[in-house]
This record gives sequence, C-alpha cells and structure tokens, in this order.
Amino acid sequence: MNIHEYQAKDLLRAHGVPVLQGKAVFSAAEAGAVAFNDFVTRGVSTLVVKAQIHAGGRGKGTVHDPITDAPIEVLGKPLRGVTVITEGNLADRAYQVANGLINNKLVTIQTGDEGKIVRRVFIEEGCKIAHEYYCSILLDRQTSQNLIMVSTEGGVEIEHVAETTPEKIIKVWIDPGTGFQPHQARTLAFGLQLSGTAFKSFVSFIQKLYKAYEALDCTMLEVNPLVSTIDGEFIALDAKVDIDDNALYRHPEVAALRDTDEEDPLEVEAGKYNLNYIKLDGNVGCMVNGAGLAMGTMDIIQLAGGKPANFLDVGGGANVERIANAFRIMMSDPHVEAVLINIFGGIVRCDRVANGILQALEQVKVDVPVIVRLDGTNAVEARDILMRSGMNFLVAATLKDAAEKVTEALAPRGVSA
Amino acid sequence: MSVLVNKKSKIIVQGLTGGEGTFHTSQMLQYGTNVVGGVTPGKGGTQYSGKGDDTFTRPVPVFNTVADAKAATGCDVSIIFVPAPMAADAILEAISADIAVIICITEGIPVKDMITVRAALDASNSRLIGPNCPGIITPGEAKIGIMPGFIFSPGPIGLVSRSGTLTYEAVKQLSDEGLGQTTCIGIGGDPIIGTRFIDAIKLFNEDPATEAIVMIGEIGGTAEEEAAEYIRDNVKKPVVGFIAGQTAPPGRRMGHAGAIISGGKGTAADKVNTMRACGITVVESPASIGITMKAVLSGKGKTPAAKPSAPSKKPAAKKASAKKK
Repeated sequence: MNIHEYQAKDLLRAHGVPVLQGKAVFSAAEAGAVAFNDFVTRGVSTLVVKAQIHAGGRGKGTVHDPITDAPIEVLGKPLRGVTVITEGNLADRAYQVANGLINNKLVTIQTGDEGKIVRRVFIEEGCKIAHEYYCSILLDRQTSQNLIMVSTEGGVEIEHVAETTPEKIIKVWIDPGTGFQPHQARTLAFGLQLSGTAFKSFVSFIQKLYKAYEALDCTMLEVNPLVSTIDGEFIALDAKVDIDDNALYRHPEVAALRDTDEEDPLEVEAGKYNLNYIKLDGNVGCMVNGAGLAMGTMDIIQLAGGKPANFLDVGGGANVERIANAFRIMMSDPHVEAVLINIFGGIVRCDRVANGILQALEQVKVDVPVIVRLDGTNAVEARDILMRSGMNFLVAATLKDAAEKVTEALAPRGVSA
Repeated sequence: MSVLVNKKSKIIVQGLTGGEGTFHTSQMLQYGTNVVGGVTPGKGGTQYSGKGDDTFTRPVPVFNTVADAKAATGCDVSIIFVPAPMAADAILEAISADIAVIICITEGIPVKDMITVRAALDASNSRLIGPNCPGIITPGEAKIGIMPGFIFSPGPIGLVSRSGTLTYEAVKQLSDEGLGQTTCIGIGGDPIIGTRFIDAIKLFNEDPATEAIVMIGEIGGTAEEEAAEYIRDNVKKPVVGFIAGQTAPPGRRMGHAGAIISGGKGTAADKVNTMRACGITVVESPASIGITMKAVLSGKGKTPAAKPSAPSKKPAAKKASAKKK
C-alpha cells in the first residue's frame, strides 16, 4: 500500500525518526490559517508547500488546469509541485500556492501526461541544509533479507547513481537472526565520510529508521533526500513508504490511511468484491482465473494484434456473483472493443462458470464481441451451454484458438496493434 | 522416477480440519495420495473423515503437533492449509520437526514472517515449496496440492512454475501432445519462497527419468535469470520456457505479491533475453508451450544458442554431466 508523504512522516515521527514540523491541509483557506497559526507565530521563516500525490518527481512537476490544461502561475511564476517560501507574507503566499495546487492537476515524470489531481497539500517548516544524502531500506529478493542503502548523492534518482557511479552506494544486509547491528550503522556512516556530531546523529537516525521499517511491516522505505543540517542533525526531508499489503491486518491504523482518490475508480470498485483488477490503456478486456494465466492472456491479446485493457483475476472460486461483478467492472471501461474470457477450470467446474457468464450478461449490456475459452473440468458441457444460449459468443476450445478469434474480432473494426 | 515426492511419501496435512484442508484432503485421498495424518491443535487423538460433500475415502488420524504426527506415522512430507496470519508458524513447526518436504499453499503471508522462515529453512535440512503455490504432483503417484489431478499424466517432462492456472494450461498442452510429466512443482508467486527455479532445475537435472524441462516464470525478481545461468553451465536436457507479463506495466503488482517490475528491474524482456542467451527455448505465446516442447524433443537437444558460453565455464558443465551418470 502507498501512502502520502505527510502520512509517512507522521508514522516515522511516531517511531522517533527525526522529521520536520508539518501539517496537511485540504483547502487554501486552511493552508493560510495553518501557515500563520502553526508556523509564523512560532517565528518560522521558511515554509515549504508540497502537493500530496502518490507519485514522485513533484519538485520538477508542473501544475495545470484540469480542463483547459493551461499552466497555473502563482506570483508571476509557473507553479511547481513543491514551493519554498522565504519572503513576503508567508501565510498569504502559502494560501496562494495552495490555491494554485488544490483541484488542479500535477504532471510529473511519474504521472504521465494525464497528471494527478491535487487534493491535499502539506505545509512544512524549512531547515538549513548542509548536505543531501540518499537512504533506503528494502527487501532484497535475491538474499531474502532486508538491505540498507545509503549514498552521498542525495536528491537524485538512485537508479542513475547505480548506473553511473555504483561505488557511491554503500549497502549492508540485515541478518534476521541478529538484526541490524551498531557496527553496520557505523559502516554506513563511515561510508558517507561522516565524523563528529554528524556521525553520531546519522548512526542514531538510521537505527531508528530501521526500527520503524520493521515495526510498520514495510517492504520499502526511501528517504531521498536525507539531509544533514548545519547543526549536524540528520532529518528525513522526504519519505516514500511501501507497506506490505499482506501485513495490513496487523496495522489497522495504517490501513485507515488509504486514499482511494489516488486510485483508479474501477480498481477501487473491484477491490470491494475482492477482485484483482488493474486498469490498462488497451482495447481488449480480459477476465481470467489465476494471476499467471491472466498475465499470459494479456500477452496473448498483444500477440493477436490487440492491447489488453486490463488485468483481471477472478480467482479460484469463480461463482456467478463474482463473475457478474467482474464482467460489469471490465465493461465499464469505455475503451473495450472486444472481450476475452479465459478460464481454466481445475477445481472450478466450467459448466458453472458458463452459467455464471450467461447470468452476468443478463445484468450487463454488452455490444462488443465476446470470446470465451473454457477448458478443464466439464469444458465440453460448458461450451455446449454457451453455444445453445442463443447469444453471440465466439467460443474457443484452446488458448491458440482464442488468440485467433481475438484477431478475427478486431479485424473488421480496423483495429491494429 | 520423479523428484521430491512419490507413492511412498508419507504425507500429513497441517490445518486438516479447516475448510480448505478438508476439501483438498478429500481430493488428495481420491487421487490415491498417501495421507497418513493431519495436525489440528486441540483435536489430537481423534480420527477425521471429512464433512458434507467432502467425505474422505478413509479416516485420517489427527495430532496436536507436527512432532506427534511424525513420531506416530514417520511422515516425511507436510502440506499446509493454515490461514496467512498463522502460516509462518506452521512452516516453522514443520521445520523444527525436521519434515523433509514442506508444501505451503497459503496465500498472503507477510514478507517479514517469510524472512524469518527463510533463515530457519537455510539452517535446516527441510525443503519448502511455496508459499502461495498450487503444490507438487508426481502424476499417478502423489498429488500434494490443489491442482486438478486429471489433467496430469506420467511421462518424461519436469515442470516448474511460479503460477497455478498457467501450470494447468501448460500441463494440458503437454498431455494433449502425448507428453506426460515426471513431477510438476508450483514454486509460488511470492517475493520470498522456499524452493526457487534453480533448486527445482537442479532436481530435474539429476532425475534420470526427466528428459526435458518446462519453466514458467513471470515478471519480478531475478530468479529466472539465476536459473538460466545455471542451465547454461550445467544442464544438457532441453528446456522450454515462458515468461508471463510481457504487457504488464511497471510498478504494479500483477496479482501475485512477487509479480512487480520495480526500479526498471524484473521485466519480461530482460528475463526472456537472458534465458535465450543461455540456450533455453523461450516461447512468445503461452499457447505454444506444448507444441514447442514436442518440436524440441523431436529435434532433440538444446538450441544452438546454448553453446557460446565462456570457456571458463566448461569444467563445471563437464562435472555436472559426469555426476549425472
């Protein structure tokens, strides 16, 4: 599960990790009030106003009107996803920046051209940065251990550092039997060429960060940049947290942070029925049982000259209601020009699936070709049920047959890959 | 012949009396699998015969602990149908009872729990298959999992896969081409698993009855690449492969917890390229796994791309083939 930066920082703060004072707001008026009451009155002289969306690259991202696409300007300058305010009336300027962000769309390198609508804004105090570092903790699948990585090259894409100057990334692996040891924290600190107060501050920071990572069941925790202040303090200036979905049952307080505005509405709808649906930008919808076969079916669609419109795994227990809901959600995507249903009935009987499809079609209007491939238990009976239904199915016996029927279905519409 | 399990395997079911445990045990018994007992804490000392539609062909003795079950039955295999929050504990219990082959079907075990399990496994003599997998089957001898038994048939092909239904698809295609299987292993779709591709490939390579291998991978991680390099250096048997997720977008988890392209790594293209460079016949379409294996076997041997491995690798390859005889 992904969460917003401000939520991540709240969690880190609760686990003793040093972060700056900040508060999330949902309107420009609130931004002005918070800037004044929580910061200006305390004598804070620098404010950072940050758009909260589930995507990186906000600092360089541009803000646009969601309808006209016109770039938004504040105080005569193009507005970015992150704005530092150091002069003028801080509260007034925070109001103006938040006003420019909220309900407009932010386009970053990670959002694609369609961008993401900003609904929440984070107001944070500034700090005097001495140096920017990179720091992350993640699961290393190769060793089945957690891995801590730090680098002196902060604030830039770590993939770029790994490619150009891999020697600048210092790594330690955590043995689950012994846990994260102080000597490993020192190895990282020496690797960053730290000394004195900064050395001690870093060692303390990284140990707290690892504790938070473990306590929260993270699979990734990236702090980029991690900054040292001119006083030698280490502070998490940004935080990206990926929490293990399978462990959310242990963290109801984290599960409650889910922001469905950040997710595709069809995916949110599918989630209500425990359907595994991911919306894609193609023209052929597909409905499959099993994640591997679902991916394989998407691949088949591409080879057949189409583009998959979605990933949809209806799972092992494909009953009528499940199939009906899955069908409805898949058909809600207006770009779908053909549908491929591919079910390999193992424990599930194909005749039951076939009846489920027929009942689903009574509830959902479908005006595109539907290719059905049912194989496995009672497949012959199932194909019979579909053929005799009087509905216009393209029934396929094998996966190869199904692929050919997808190509046929797309051909008269002049659709090509 | 087969790998890991056969008709002599003595199998216990952890979570026997739960819904999933009951249903799949009835199916395993029907297949003829040698289920010798089950474990449900608190129900030790009783006999269990299933319930409702899932009545067993014979009663199965229930034990409180895996150690009790082992002492009474001499079991060497355990299959786990325990809900995710308790599943890691169930695996650890089987490891501490020194069960040789542990199969965990459960989906949704937290990564943190699996890090602990993996470390315990590495320090033990046990082997884990899964979690989040369909199990393992030696056709005609033992079905230890949730796969539909009727699509499998005995024969010369070893199959290893990260996916359940895609395995069934491939097996159906193989059986349709008259190609039966020695053993099929579903290794599971999680980021941390017990038996990896490379481990399964080693077993099939050493099994004299296995003449050719099918490996079905998917996006995420680098386990397919590691296995491919092992195959290049050590395996003379033909290998046919498929990688699911050529059209999967980066950064999204495609159903399986482990099926995700992160930081530009784990793409299908990377895996396919490495596998091909290592001499594996990789099919573009999952619809052509069966016919491709048939063609490879009638042509015999690996595709020529297998040969241009570095000279320094040769001694290792020779050693492995000598060991095979």
